[in-house]
Amino acid sequence: MPRRTDIHSVLVIGSGPIVIGQAAEFDYSGTQACRVLKEEGLRVVLVNSNPATIMTDPEFADATYVEPITTEVLTSIIAKERPDAILPTLGGQTALNAAIALDEAGVLEEYGVELIGANIPAIQKGEDREQFKQVVEVCGGESARSAIIHTIDEALVAVEDLGYPVVVRPSFTMGGLGSGIAYDEADLRRIVGQGLHYSPTTEVLLEESILGWKEYELELMRDKADNVVVVCSIENVDPVGVHTGDSVTVAPALTLTDREYQRLRDIGIAVIREVGVDTGGCNIQFAVNPDTGRIIVIEMNPRVSRSSALASKATGFPIAKIAARLAVGYTLDEIPNDITGSTPASFEPTLDYVVVKVPRFAFEKFPAADPTLTTTMKSVGEAMALGRNFTEALGKAMRSIDRKGTTFHWDGEALTGEALDALVATISRPTEHRLVDVQQVLRAGVSVDEVYARTGIDPWFLDQLQLINEVAAETAAAPELTAAVLRRAKRHGLSDVQVASLRGVSEDVAREVRQALGVRPVYKTVDTCAAEFAARTPYHYSSYDEETEVAPRERPAVLILGSGPNRIGQGIEFDYSCVHATLALKGEFETVMVNCNPETVSTDYDTADRLYFEPLTFEDVLEVYEAEKAAGPVAGIIVQLGGQTPLSLAQRLEDAGLPILGTPPAAIDAAEDRGAFGAVLAAAGLPAPAFGTATTLPVARETAARIGYPVLVRPSYVLGGRGMEIVYSDEQLTEYVERALADASARGGALPPLLIDRFLDDAIEIDVDALYDGTELFLGGVMEHIEEAGIHSGDSACVLPPVSLSESELQRIKVSTEAIAQGVGVRGLLNIQFALVSDVLYVLEANPRASRTVPFVSKATGVPLAKAAALVMTGKSIADLRASGVLPADDAGVIDLDAPIAVKEAVLPFKRFRTGDGTVVDTVLGPEMRSTGEVMGFDTDFPTAFAKSQSAAFGGLPTSGRAFISVADRDKRSIVFPVKRLQELGFEILATDGTAAVLKRNGIASTVVRKFSSGRGPAGEPTIVDLISAGEVDIVVNTPSGQGARADGYEIRAATTAADKAIVTTVQQLGAAVQGIEAALAGPFGVASLQEHDAATAGRRAAVAAGASVAGDSGAVA
Amino acid sequence: MTDALLVLEDGRTFAGEAYGATGTTWGEIVFNTGMTGYQETLTDPSYHRQIVVMTAPHIGNTGVNDEDPESGRIWVSGYVVRDPARRASNWRSDRSLDEELAAQGVVGISGIDTRALTRHLRERGVMRAAIVSGDALLDAAGRRRAAEDLVAEVQDRPQMAGADLAGEVSTDTAYVVKALGPDGAPLGEPVARVAAVDLGIKSMTPNRMAERGIEVHVLPAQSSIDDVLATAPDGVFFSNGPGDPSAATHEVELLREVLDRKIPFFGICYGNQLLGRALGYGTYKLGYGHRGVNQPVLDRATGRVEITAHNHGFAVDAPLDEVSVAPHDGGRYGRVTVSHVDLNDDVVEGLAALDLPAFSVQYHPEAAAGPHDAAYLFDRFLDLMRDPSAGAAAAGQATDVTDSPKGA
Repeated sequence: MPRRTDIHSVLVIGSGPIVIGQAAEFDYSGTQACRVLKEEGLRVVLVNSNPATIMTDPEFADATYVEPITTEVLTSIIAKERPDAILPTLGGQTALNAAIALDEAGVLEEYGVELIGANIPAIQKGEDREQFKQVVEVCGGESARSAIIHTIDEALVAVEDLGYPVVVRPSFTMGGLGSGIAYDEADLRRIVGQGLHYSPTTEVLLEESILGWKEYELELMRDKADNVVVVCSIENVDPVGVHTGDSVTVAPALTLTDREYQRLRDIGIAVIREVGVDTGGCNIQFAVNPDTGRIIVIEMNPRVSRSSALASKATGFPIAKIAARLAVGYTLDEIPNDITGSTPASFEPTLDYVVVKVPRFAFEKFPAADPTLTTTMKSVGEAMALGRNFTEALGKAMRSIDRKGTTFHWDGEALTGEALDALVATISRPTEHRLVDVQQVLRAGVSVDEVYARTGIDPWFLDQLQLINEVAAETAAAPELTAAVLRRAKRHGLSDVQVASLRGVSEDVAREVRQALGVRPVYKTVDTCAAEFAARTPYHYSSYDEETEVAPRERPAVLILGSGPNRIGQGIEFDYSCVHATLALKGEFETVMVNCNPETVSTDYDTADRLYFEPLTFEDVLEVYEAEKAAGPVAGIIVQLGGQTPLSLAQRLEDAGLPILGTPPAAIDAAEDRGAFGAVLAAAGLPAPAFGTATTLPVARETAARIGYPVLVRPSYVLGGRGMEIVYSDEQLTEYVERALADASARGGALPPLLIDRFLDDAIEIDVDALYDGTELFLGGVMEHIEEAGIHSGDSACVLPPVSLSESELQRIKVSTEAIAQGVGVRGLLNIQFALVSDVLYVLEANPRASRTVPFVSKATGVPLAKAAALVMTGKSIADLRASGVLPADDAGVIDLDAPIAVKEAVLPFKRFRTGDGTVVDTVLGPEMRSTGEVMGFDTDFPTAFAKSQSAAFGGLPTSGRAFISVADRDKRSIVFPVKRLQELGFEILATDGTAAVLKRNGIASTVVRKFSSGRGPAGEPTIVDLISAGEVDIVVNTPSGQGARADGYEIRAATTAADKAIVTTVQQLGAAVQGIEAALAGPFGVASLQEHDAATAGRRAAVAAGASVAGDSGAVA
Repeated sequence: MTDALLVLEDGRTFAGEAYGATGTTWGEIVFNTGMTGYQETLTDPSYHRQIVVMTAPHIGNTGVNDEDPESGRIWVSGYVVRDPARRASNWRSDRSLDEELAAQGVVGISGIDTRALTRHLRERGVMRAAIVSGDALLDAAGRRRAAEDLVAEVQDRPQMAGADLAGEVSTDTAYVVKALGPDGAPLGEPVARVAAVDLGIKSMTPNRMAERGIEVHVLPAQSSIDDVLATAPDGVFFSNGPGDPSAATHEVELLREVLDRKIPFFGICYGNQLLGRALGYGTYKLGYGHRGVNQPVLDRATGRVEITAHNHGFAVDAPLDEVSVAPHDGGRYGRVTVSHVDLNDDVVEGLAALDLPAFSVQYHPEAAAGPHDAAYLFDRFLDLMRDPSAGAAAAGQATDVTDSPKGA
């Protein structure tokens, strides 16, 4: 049964911006799908609003729409492209929900478009709780006892039967959004209330608690001939109660007998058949009672999921790729297994290694959030590691997290007495640190059985932690660090850093001793078949075992270091650049990817010539380099594309003799060092905001007074805006410093130096991405921020090309950028943030590396910046790249008046983070980045592009209704015009009395509403927070007066976020929002593909070039 | 920690730690790629005289219980694992695997690079090997024995090719497995009666038949046709088992007696090889065999793929691309089709006679360990017994193999 011949074009729906629960894994799966469909000769139409994805690179589809994933926009695209089919199963819940909406709106029927890879009844059966329960019953499985409810009153009745604690799960939400465990009625009312809101069908399931049961997942695939295979089993180390995305997970399942495993397999296969997933993948979750073996089917996802991506990387079985082939008609036995090349895909991978996934969290970004792990996913990324046993894989996975406190340690004496009791008391509550806490508790002598009783973590896993403790103790106690001692330590996952700390020596000494004794890792291959057949795909992982499988090669290799687990501030954008480097260098070089993030395209075994799934630590990277050096020549290592993680290794790698390509590590450091960078700026005659440092309150106050308020304060040792605040007054500064002092003394240290910078109020912030080859600068993109300076650039919306900069300002930017590039010594990419105030262009900071905005710039301009950077790093000049057509003749320093406008908007995760009492954390933007992802709005003018960006980011701006305005005093003047315009557009204006008075004096009538702090009126008149919570306000404008927001502002913003309404927290956003609302009112969005935009741009560039040459000729004639 | 050494006949050695019993053991070394089911594997009589390497690194995690064994004892002659469990964890576990191996005197080795070993066996083929541990590593004077001496000893051991081993693993006396009703209770009147010749039968096999209402008379390997007929069978079954089918003269003769009487026949694994030989096809030794629970087998009659459990080192040599006339005795058994084929390497995985009520598969529909995808074959056997005249039609529905994708 070969490919269907009745399908010629397919619309693939992507998953939109990166959010918690739906991350880069869908770029991986979507990219695979697009590749496969193109290979099959089909016309691929793609829609995804996320510009940071590889899938939206123009070469992966025939028509790529970076447009909002809404029914309206999808309908326009379908009407324009007339695809034969839609493939909605590779873009996460977003794509599946979009397909359901299209079906419900009758669009599929109207345009004769067929859903492939899933059908509506199957989606409903899989996702609708009640239907799914029936499916499970038919399949001979059991579901947890439960009740479907649609109101809080129904919930209260149902819980009388089910009892507390009771699990609350809203229907049709992703990543467990809105779900939770209610221990009492207050919890129940709150969680069910939210759940009903988040569920698009206002439906919530309550079910008996199976907390503490063992949790498993199976990844299955089915083809149209009804062949079913189980690709992978996954076991959660954290038992039921922690979302699988937040659990430490292991593949394959390690604590089931064959009989028990086959029972799960039988149920899983029966379920996929009964649900009717015709072709493609699905994921089924099970709970197993640890005392009786009773099995409960928790849920299924009738689509490719996060776990599918993990399973693909864990086994080498490319689920998304195969799902795409199945969707167009192939059967599993007709599809070859890429890894072996000789066997078919109709088999079940078998592993001769262990895979461990560890989640990465970002609670530090949300200090008010409750860090307890629940059934709502809160992690922002994950790292995966492979080892030849569990301990080795676990050690590697934990150090891949790249964050303090996430690895096992044996510092100081083991805990005793009250300190031990206190820690033991905490381990029943799952948190991001639980595994380390458990290790400490075991180390202190608490028994495996007691820890099991408290945590529900299977005793087999606990015994393995105990084993690691024993190995560590032996390593510490050994009279000498012999090969045998080291080999045992390494086989159980201890890093050089851990060995060094156990022995009281430096990491360098530990490594040198190890290497001198010949204790070196070997590299095994992920081959899907436990070595039964020869593998031809060099997908490697390290292990301290006997035989290595790295093949010799002739071509020189370039190692590219990826960015590790996704985190806020370092996400998919960096993976994008790394993937581009491999694409650019393949052919001339053997590209070797080193990364540990299973959610990415870079860790697809098809992306680079060789893949090492390894932690990005000095030790692990060095060993990969040594292994590759033994295999053939190594041209160098690229560290500047993967973000801070590889960059921070640059100097040590260079010191160890590794050839770093591109900007030298010393130059990277120079850009980060205030003194050295100050000298560069001074030499170039470029101003930077005044700054100073302080370690005491008096000095801080004196410095701030000298510089002048407002000032930006931050501790000097942090990156990514951690702890950074804008301070407007002496009083605020005192509060900040006292808080920092208290923090420091709590940690038992002195106050680290505080950096105090002049904060440029009312500045226009400008972001620049450029390329420098040592002689010439190519200005890739100039982005103008919509928010003023002071909002982290990652959280700020920005527009490209800049809409309010003049040609001469652009020239100054280019000249300044070139001066810095030259002064720092950049070879490759450079990102600079400028602030323009009163005609002075200040340099805020420069980063000689790929920035978060590189993919956005590339999509908006059609220029492959990261590819060009990789080529520059390996010796090409910008002139070469112009000549070969990689770069166009003109850069962003030349204004193209007809260029389309691209708006990048950040997507923020506030909804997921709750304080201890269950309310949303504060949503105000600040100098600390908290967004998880971004979208791009792309159109011919700014208002429409902005409106599209808002639609893509959070469902769009309202076009009518009520607007509530409450702003800080300093902003009152600036809001008059936009608010007046809002009123003209038909909005009813609500305001608190102070703002209302200002508006009234400016001739704008508004309805005065009660402040939250005033409480309800005598007759129960609602406060503004009540109105927002009741859904009666459509857009909220609230600018906070400095950090440490007053209760009113916080309550307003939290209520708005909880009610899912538009919120504006800066004056600049308000202006843009008003323009966007006007654009949205003007009618449905038009759509254009990147290919159309790029063709138009190329046409204009050609015309300019022809014009220039005509002008040149005529000049010569004259 | 006791030292152990794995010695291969080609001279390669792997140093590790003793696991289970210490001492010396010899056998043909083979690898099994299943990630679950070590208890079933260890107790599968087909592994008699074989040293089994588990490619899955963690073995013993769920301990040992008394429900899962496939026979009354561990049959492997040696056991090679990478990371044995220190603690068993499962609600059904009665004791640790380490204890069980030691109690049954099974010499094992742990801590070696099992992947390197597997790759070696894949490239060089299965071979004879020894595990030597503890005092057995020392000579009379207490000195470590030289590896070349141990290799030489291995080279002196018998080869698996030519070995007739069924008699060593078969039951001594006949016994009956009672038929069960749908409720799991014994059935008064069985729906059919099967004479199952035990060539190394796994306990799940009669259980799978019993679940379908079949009364199973398990007979010793040396049974005569009269012994078989004495059970008044509706069908005859030949089980899996160890050894080289070309050495099984008695069993092949017995099977021909069955075929001549047109008694419905079903064979599994060794039983498939014996059907092949009875029909006059050859059998041959595979380079490294199929041992695992993830093998894709195509049912050529339906075009469906099933994921199956395998444990075989020998295979039948029959024409894949056409229906052939069984070569034995001028074609007196009529036409035969290869009903199942392994999609990994096109090895014959099933035979169906078109003019006789006889079929067999090379793999394990009883699973244990492994997936249950092929359990339908027991239904086919029951159908065949109910209507023997249907011949292969019951066993394969369609006979035109060119319709199936692989047949083309």
